[in-house]
Amino acid sequence: MIEISPPSKKSEKNFTTRLESVDEFDRVETVGEMFVDRPKVSCLGVSVHYGDKQALFNINLDLGRNEVLALIGPSGCGKTTFLRCINRMNDTIEGCRVDGEIKIEGAEINHSDADVVSLRSKVGMVFQKPNPFPKSIFDNIAYGPRIHGLSGPKNELDDIVETALKRAGLWEEVSDRLHTPATGLSGGQQQRLCIARAIAVNPEVILMDEPCSALDPIATARIEELIDDLREKFTIAIVTHSMHQAARVSQRTAYFHMGHLVEVGVTDQMFTNPRQRLTEDYITGRFG
Amino acid sequence: MNRGFSRTTGGKPLSSLNIRRQRAERRFRRIGLFGVGLALASVLFLLGTIFSSGYSAFWRLHFAVDIDFDPVLMNVSSDPSLEELRDVNYLALFRKNLERSYPEVKGRSERRKLAQMFSESVPDILESLVISNPSLVGSKQRIWVLSSSSAEMIYKGAAPRDIEETRRVLTDQQLTWLDQWQGENLTRTRFNFRFFTSGPSRSPELAGLGGAIVGSALTLLVTLLISFPMGVAAAIYLEEYAPKNRVSEIIEVNINNLAAVPSIIFGLLGLAVLLNVFGLPRGTPLVGGMVLSLMTLPTIIIASRAALKAVPPSIRDGALAMGASPMQTIFHHVLPLAMPGILTGTIIGLAQALGETAPLLMIGMFAFVADTPSGILDQASSLPVQIYLWAESSERGYVELTAAAIMIILVFLVFMNLLAVFLRKKFERRW
Amino acid sequence: MTIYLLAAILLVSLSGFYIGKNRASALVVGARIQSLPQYHGLRIALWCGLPALFLLGLWVVLEPFVIQSLVRNSLPPEFFNLSGDEAILAMMEISNLSQGIVGTQSGLPYAEEAASLLISMNQLSDYAMIVVVSVVSLSALVVAQSKVTADFPALESVEKAFNVFIFLSSAVAVLTTVAIVLSLLFESFKFFEQVPLHEFLFGLKWNPQIAIRADQGASTGAFGAVPVFSGTLLIAFVAILVAGPIGLASAVYFAEYANPRVRDVAKPMLELLAGIPTVVYGFFAALTVAPLVRELGLSLGLAVEARSALAAGIVMGIMIIPFISSLADDVITAVPQSLREGSYAMGATQSETIKYVIFPAALPGIVGAFLLAISRAIGETMIVAMAAGLNANLTANPLENVTTVTVQIVVALIGDQEFDDPKTLSAFALGLILFFMTLILNVFALMIVKRYREQYE
Repeated sequence: MIEISPPSKKSEKNFTTRLESVDEFDRVETVGEMFVDRPKVSCLGVSVHYGDKQALFNINLDLGRNEVLALIGPSGCGKTTFLRCINRMNDTIEGCRVDGEIKIEGAEINHSDADVVSLRSKVGMVFQKPNPFPKSIFDNIAYGPRIHGLSGPKNELDDIVETALKRAGLWEEVSDRLHTPATGLSGGQQQRLCIARAIAVNPEVILMDEPCSALDPIATARIEELIDDLREKFTIAIVTHSMHQAARVSQRTAYFHMGHLVEVGVTDQMFTNPRQRLTEDYITGRFG
Repeated sequence: MNRGFSRTTGGKPLSSLNIRRQRAERRFRRIGLFGVGLALASVLFLLGTIFSSGYSAFWRLHFAVDIDFDPVLMNVSSDPSLEELRDVNYLALFRKNLERSYPEVKGRSERRKLAQMFSESVPDILESLVISNPSLVGSKQRIWVLSSSSAEMIYKGAAPRDIEETRRVLTDQQLTWLDQWQGENLTRTRFNFRFFTSGPSRSPELAGLGGAIVGSALTLLVTLLISFPMGVAAAIYLEEYAPKNRVSEIIEVNINNLAAVPSIIFGLLGLAVLLNVFGLPRGTPLVGGMVLSLMTLPTIIIASRAALKAVPPSIRDGALAMGASPMQTIFHHVLPLAMPGILTGTIIGLAQALGETAPLLMIGMFAFVADTPSGILDQASSLPVQIYLWAESSERGYVELTAAAIMIILVFLVFMNLLAVFLRKKFERRW
Repeated sequence: MTIYLLAAILLVSLSGFYIGKNRASALVVGARIQSLPQYHGLRIALWCGLPALFLLGLWVVLEPFVIQSLVRNSLPPEFFNLSGDEAILAMMEISNLSQGIVGTQSGLPYAEEAASLLISMNQLSDYAMIVVVSVVSLSALVVAQSKVTADFPALESVEKAFNVFIFLSSAVAVLTTVAIVLSLLFESFKFFEQVPLHEFLFGLKWNPQIAIRADQGASTGAFGAVPVFSGTLLIAFVAILVAGPIGLASAVYFAEYANPRVRDVAKPMLELLAGIPTVVYGFFAALTVAPLVRELGLSLGLAVEARSALAAGIVMGIMIIPFISSLADDVITAVPQSLREGSYAMGATQSETIKYVIFPAALPGIVGAFLLAISRAIGETMIVAMAAGLNANLTANPLENVTTVTVQIVVALIGDQEFDDPKTLSAFALGLILFFMTLILNVFALMIVKRYREQYE
């Protein structure tokens, strides 16, 4: 079932073109290691239109198993749009069209047979602003297991909630007030609750859309630690504005620019030795 | 709106849980659609009922009668003066002519039954014909006159025909006359102009909405003259001037609450204060308009505030920076820009006022006023009150009149709302 | 008379405006003036008009009271021996005589004399009014126009008058509320002097018809309002039972499912229901729905009365559908998109999201919408006046006929109004209760909705 298109030819060619300026976008081809062996998620030729406006141009990118992939780039470059393709959250936007193939474990997610409900139970998502439901902490975590029928008797659900909260590093802080409203938690706690909520349904992939942008540095550090821990079990893609964060948590980094995927590389290498001029400019802070 | 489930289903077998969830999804969606359907069905049912029972009131049944304006019958000289013609007993003239045309009808009660086929207005019609054209005297004319309401109801099918005589509005004999005249082409229907011009009447076939329409117009005029300037002024104060303090807060809360006070309470207020304390004349458009303007004020204030708020502060800053006074800024710059929104709100408020019945009943606008009011200090009726009075009348002929009056008021309301929509669309401005 | 005086005041104001404007315009030549000429004119016009108008209004309102008490004081001592009713009759006769209406003569010896006094006093008052009002208006014109100078801040004066006007306009809302409460309280007190409060609040029998013949004691009128309240609540309950589910279902459909084109067509059609006058619903209920409900009930072997609470309630329910659906629609759309996305991202279907996330989040707002709808139903008059019963009937069976607070108010005030008769006064006591019931519901509902909005801002 697993099909991986041979990357070699394309990428070799791309190493030769060095993109100098934004004007050359018509000819943009991604450079770097966008394909991996045995990918968890593989995207080929993904383009997205919002009405007449094209937001993503022909993106080829894999997510490897147990890796953290950071998506970086200036505002409006399409990294969030790309992230939302992977669990089809773009379906919720009126007039949005997604072309190309996106496969999880080799199964096309946009196929007419594909069930978006089970897709989203496999691909969890954490949003930019913490969005706990206006219910108790317990009910927030239990919501997913309940709707997906993952839980049988009551104590099983208790176990799921406890495990999820422990994994998200929130258990100690909230174990004594599981039935108080989740909206009473601090911003950092709320975001960890949202992460716990996402992992409670045991997904395979977790998408994070700037999960720390609304948080203070201490809460950010805790979430980053958490992301590193979660890598053992999950495949994670994280959109971030902070290059430091990308450097700290990710193994690979993809740089988007105005809807194009400009460069993908192993994080350490990319930050020390970018191959594209655009990437270099962004990393060194010349724009963004 | 599709929120992400357009491509949910497919040929691939799903787990039983997911099948169940998808079924629940469809069921839920259907419940929503059912709710909308039920609500829309009620609209259609209501409008359908009104239309089907009201459209016939726009036509009136007329019978032809042969009238011999015989000076002997009229008891006048062969070349009578107007004076003489006014003194003629036209009812007797009509009766005698009927006797001549239908010699086979014998006996007092029989003859009365025959006369009851025609409207009570026949003598008046004869009189006005003769007065306007005295040369008719001595001639024979075939004249079309209104039928009685009972005959008309049977003719239009609004009253049942195939039931026993005692429960029917016409007797068997009258029914045969009706059929006979229809066969001889002595019947015709004509547009009911009287409905739009004359006032209420004891006889349904003569009743009209004219007085009520004028009464409503006068009442709305008073409402507009009071509530528009005051509503806009209050909105300007609250939006542009009011300091953030307790007084402003109390005013705001009050306006919101007034918007939700039952209309009948405003009627009680009008009765206790305007009529009993200030001694204003009962049942007049003046008092009605004052009461309705109190009800309309909150609507106008709320709409005007929204319109004022939509004008960007930069415009005020610009005007003030030029040295305009606050009042000049408002009158020269802010109000003109907010005016479409304010007018829209005002029209909607007036449309509500047009349909209000209960407060007008409280201040005595329910009297039987046969004359068309000529000023705001005359006793008057109004459209919704007339509808209420007709609906409460037991005679069958009033049912179609009520429904027709409702059609008229709905036309006015639709027109006002379209005007509001037009204003909003035409002058809508995005900042 | 008053009309001519009004016209005269307007004329003086208008000429004041032109005088001021012209004088100020003359100043402009060569000099820079503080305010534009039209503001000088406007200021003078206001000075000429407002005080005179105020005086005129005061005069018109107070005149009858003052004259009446003067005439009364002039009456001989035997008048003051009359009983209350007789005294009122005597005063009426005097006033009739003064207007030239000669009705039944009661043979009061002093009536003629008092009537002529009344006539002369009315005349005197009219002359005095004309003189005083014109003097005020004209002297204002003289004083105000003398102040037209280049550096006189006329704009500021006009601005001040404008500020007062807009403040008073917004204070009208408060004054109206105060007037409602005071007038209802005042007339209710008169009612409770005749009918004890506890009987009104807890009595089970409502039959306001007061003795027609003299030998029937006044005690035949019964003013126990409990069946009236219960009838009101029963009909409101039926209405909510109809409007609640339908309104909520439509709101959910419009907010979450309907595609924009359907929404654009169907929503205004539904809102059409809100614009239809209530008297139309009343006609619809009486002509169509009540017979329909009755026949349906009879075919099922149920005894349905002609003016059943069910029929009135159903139609009232139809009337408040758009009310609930548009309020609930607002509330549901106000639930932040992030909560929806959070739920979808968990793999919830749309209906699961609505049921488990949106409804709980929107619950306070929906409760508020229902409370407002109940308040609407309780205060609604025409539907029940035309389709519900007139006789108070203490029952919970919607197939029987019941009466409501608003119906009883209408019944009490249509026809002869006598402001010393408990039947007429009972309308105000019922109105007072109705006002506070709806007020509490509204305040409570608006509070909930407001707090709900703030939560998501």
